[in-house]
Amino acid sequence: MLRSETSKVESQRPSLPKSPFQSPLLTAMANLLRTPLHALYLEQKAKMMPFSGWEMPVQFSGILQEHAAVRQSAGAFDISHMGKFVLTGEDAIAQLQKLVPSDLSKLTPGKAQYTVLLNEQGGIIDDLIVYHQGTTDGAEDGELQGEKVTLIVNAGTTHKDKTWLEKHLTKTVSLQDLSQTQALIAVQGPSATAKLQQLCPDENLAAISRYGHQTGQLFGHPAFFARTGYTGEDGFEVMVPIEAAAELWQQLIALGVTPCGLGARDTLRLEAAMALYGQDIDDRTTPLEAGLSWLVHLDKSADFIGRSVLEEQKSAGPSRRLVGLRLEGRNIARHDYPILHNAESVGTVTSGTLSPTLGYPIALGYVPTALAKVGTSVEVAIRGKTFPATITKRPFYKSTK
Amino acid sequence: MAFDYPDDLQYLDSHEYARVDEEDNTVTVGISAFAIDQMGDVVFLELPDIGDTVEHGENFGTIESVKAVEDLKSPVDGAVIDRNEALIESPEEIANDPYGSSWLIKVKADDLAGLDEAMSAEEYQQQVEGE
Repeated sequence: MLRSETSKVESQRPSLPKSPFQSPLLTAMANLLRTPLHALYLEQKAKMMPFSGWEMPVQFSGILQEHAAVRQSAGAFDISHMGKFVLTGEDAIAQLQKLVPSDLSKLTPGKAQYTVLLNEQGGIIDDLIVYHQGTTDGAEDGELQGEKVTLIVNAGTTHKDKTWLEKHLTKTVSLQDLSQTQALIAVQGPSATAKLQQLCPDENLAAISRYGHQTGQLFGHPAFFARTGYTGEDGFEVMVPIEAAAELWQQLIALGVTPCGLGARDTLRLEAAMALYGQDIDDRTTPLEAGLSWLVHLDKSADFIGRSVLEEQKSAGPSRRLVGLRLEGRNIARHDYPILHNAESVGTVTSGTLSPTLGYPIALGYVPTALAKVGTSVEVAIRGKTFPATITKRPFYKSTK
Repeated sequence: MAFDYPDDLQYLDSHEYARVDEEDNTVTVGISAFAIDQMGDVVFLELPDIGDTVEHGENFGTIESVKAVEDLKSPVDGAVIDRNEALIESPEEIANDPYGSSWLIKVKADDLAGLDEAMSAEEYQQQVEGE
């Protein structure tokens, strides 16, 4: 999965251009990285925006239409901007265990684990997916014999993560950065697996379980198929060499898969209440505050950076928690809007949208633990006025397919 | 994509247009097709009540799409004499007819001085398309 990403659609939104529209946007685009699909986007008249140092499509046919396609049939997302690392070495997993609060001893070859890198304060350096790929004989360039794991991280944190990993991994583990040589395309939705299957008749995608993955072939290129995603729907994330990306993209579209941009990726992940790094979680939030305590395993003896802080926070109880909010009316509570209780500011919205599937506004935000109960009434200040909101169960939307 | 820029309208750099009826100093205010396209799917529209006063260059409401929220600015000083109730009910319709049925408000202008800074269709098109 290759989760986190999308938006900053809010903080870097391509808003109505202000005068003179000689565009901060266009100037800002000049120094941005481009994915291998960039030329196709110009042909397809996608709306482009800067995101985490990349020039990315924010929408093709329209956010609502793309969103509905993923909920009802299938959509494709270019997520080639995400960071891709391969760790190899005899104790690769044991070394990675020192950096994450999840229990990696439960992770078996062919399976994946969503987790976070933590700093010494227990703050989240990044969220990522760890794919256990079994063992390698070390014959490939740059690999060391032993265990092999692939990490997919956020685009905006790729450099920071790499520095952190290189600082903490010893020489018995090799870190290869495939971010520039591999493309990543997500195919998501109830019919995503069937569509993708048509392009790789030699693979048996149905046999791959949720969070499972395998390597194979696509159009004569080596490919990595992972049943992960960032939309709340079933589907795959496919890693191929950049020279195979355009063919994969065009073949998917030819099969009726809807091309989707970062705008729909954001509304989809938010309905599924998946965190966006840099917006809902960051270096100053811990997984216990961010609703990610399910991935923190303090019952295991394995030590990891940030563990002592999390132990203290767990015994005292975190002072604030990430909650889901449902608003009345149609006003959207957006990033950084204040959350009020009894007319006092008690927290902040971190993400919000009008849920295309549910038809009402939803948001994520932090509130004091005492208020973090489903059903509690709060208010959100939206451009000077306050609107009632109710703390509600996450995820807002759950696929039944 | 090619957008319409009707010649009989005056445009603000914040993308509102004004259609002036000089006989009775009423101004119909809407948003350009270009700006609506930039916004993407519009989901919410907040407009002043009939009888409210508006001021040149000041906010009179907001338009919200899935990805952004923007203030609406009045081209003139005056009083609101009508607002587009149908559009408030179905804001997603705004892209269908921005210069016709998708107007926002009608203002009885105190005077039209605020429009001195407004752009012609040609000037506005050059500004937004950068040609």
